[in-house]
Amino acid sequence: MKPLINSLPETVFTTKVDDLLNWGRASSQWYMLFGLACCAIELMQTGGPRADLDRFGAVPRATPRQSDLMIVAGTLTYKMAKRTKLLYDQMPDPKYVISMGSCANCGGLFQLAYSVCKGVDKIVPVDVYVPGCPPRPEALTEGLLRIQDKMMREKWLVRSKPRDEAALEA
Amino acid sequence: MQAPEIYARLEKQFAGRVGDFKGDVLEPYLSVDASNIVDVCRFLRDGADLNFQVLSDQTAIDWPKEEKIQLVYHLYSYVQHHQIVLKVDLSRDNPRINTVEGLWKVANWFEREIFDLFGVVFDGHTDLRRILLPEDWVGHPLRKDYIEQEEYDGISTQRAPLVEKLLR
Repeated sequence: MKPLINSLPETVFTTKVDDLLNWGRASSQWYMLFGLACCAIELMQTGGPRADLDRFGAVPRATPRQSDLMIVAGTLTYKMAKRTKLLYDQMPDPKYVISMGSCANCGGLFQLAYSVCKGVDKIVPVDVYVPGCPPRPEALTEGLLRIQDKMMREKWLVRSKPRDEAALEA
Repeated sequence: MQAPEIYARLEKQFAGRVGDFKGDVLEPYLSVDASNIVDVCRFLRDGADLNFQVLSDQTAIDWPKEEKIQLVYHLYSYVQHHQIVLKVDLSRDNPRINTVEGLWKVANWFEREIFDLFGVVFDGHTDLRRILLPEDWVGHPLRKDYIEQEEYDGISTQRAPLVEKLLR
C-alpha cells in the first residue's frame, strides 16, 4: 500500500454504473450449501483452503434466502427434485444455477434408474454445466468464473429491449 | 449350534410345517409356510439355546416365471453365534403375510421397504407406508414387470437420445 499513500489525493474514478453493479455482484456470489451425493465432497474441497472459493467472494450460505447461486452437486432423485424446485423458488432474484457433475447434468450413471431425475434442467433453468464424475475443484472454479463472466455481461440500466414499465409498477 | 440342529429343533416343534432345508450352502436356509411365519420366528427368538435376538435382514425376491415373491429372513444370535435363513413363498397376485414387527422392532422399516419396492402387504403392521419413494409414486419398482411412468408429478422421466443409445 505504501506507493499509493498520498499519491492519489481525492482521486475520482469513472466507470459505468452497470460495470460497478456487476463487479459488486460477481465478487460476492453467495452460494447455497446443497450437496446431494459424492459431488458434495468435491464442493467442500472447492470451498476448502486449496481451491478456496472465498477468494472470489463466494461464501457458502445455509439458507436459500441469502443465496445468489445454487450449486446442484450430485444425483437428483424425483423426491429431492420437488424440494430443489422449492429451494430455487425461495432464492431472491437474480439467481444462478450451476449443475455440477454428470448426474446433475443428465442423470449420469444412474439415468436408467426409476428414481433418478434425468437432469436438473428438467426442474430449474441451468446457467453453467460442469462435466465430470465428480468434477475436480479446478473445474468447479472455472464454472464459477463462467458465472462471473455471465454476470459482467448483463445490463441493468441500458437494455436493448425497453423494460416493461407496467409490470414494474404493479 | 449348527444349521442342521436348528432345523431338527424346528422340525420337532412344528412337525411337517417347515421344510425344504438346504444345509450345504454358505448360508443354510429352510422354507416356511406363510401362515406359520410368526410362530416359527417366535420359537426361534425365545426357544432355549436358539436365542435369535437379531433380524439382520429381511428382503424379497421376485420370481416372475414361478409366479411367486419370495421373502427372505436372515436371523442371527449374538449369544450363540449361529445364523439361519428363512424363506417364504407368496403368490405374486396378492402377496400378504403377517408382520414380525412384534418380535423384532427393526422389521418395521424392513417391511415398509419391501412394501414400497415389491408391494407385499404386511397384516398387522403399525405404519405400512412407503419408506423410500414419494407417497404418490405409482407401482413397485423392484418387480420385474415394473413399467416406468411417462412423468412423475409434472417432471418428464424421458431423456430419449441417451437412454435409447444405452438400451440399444
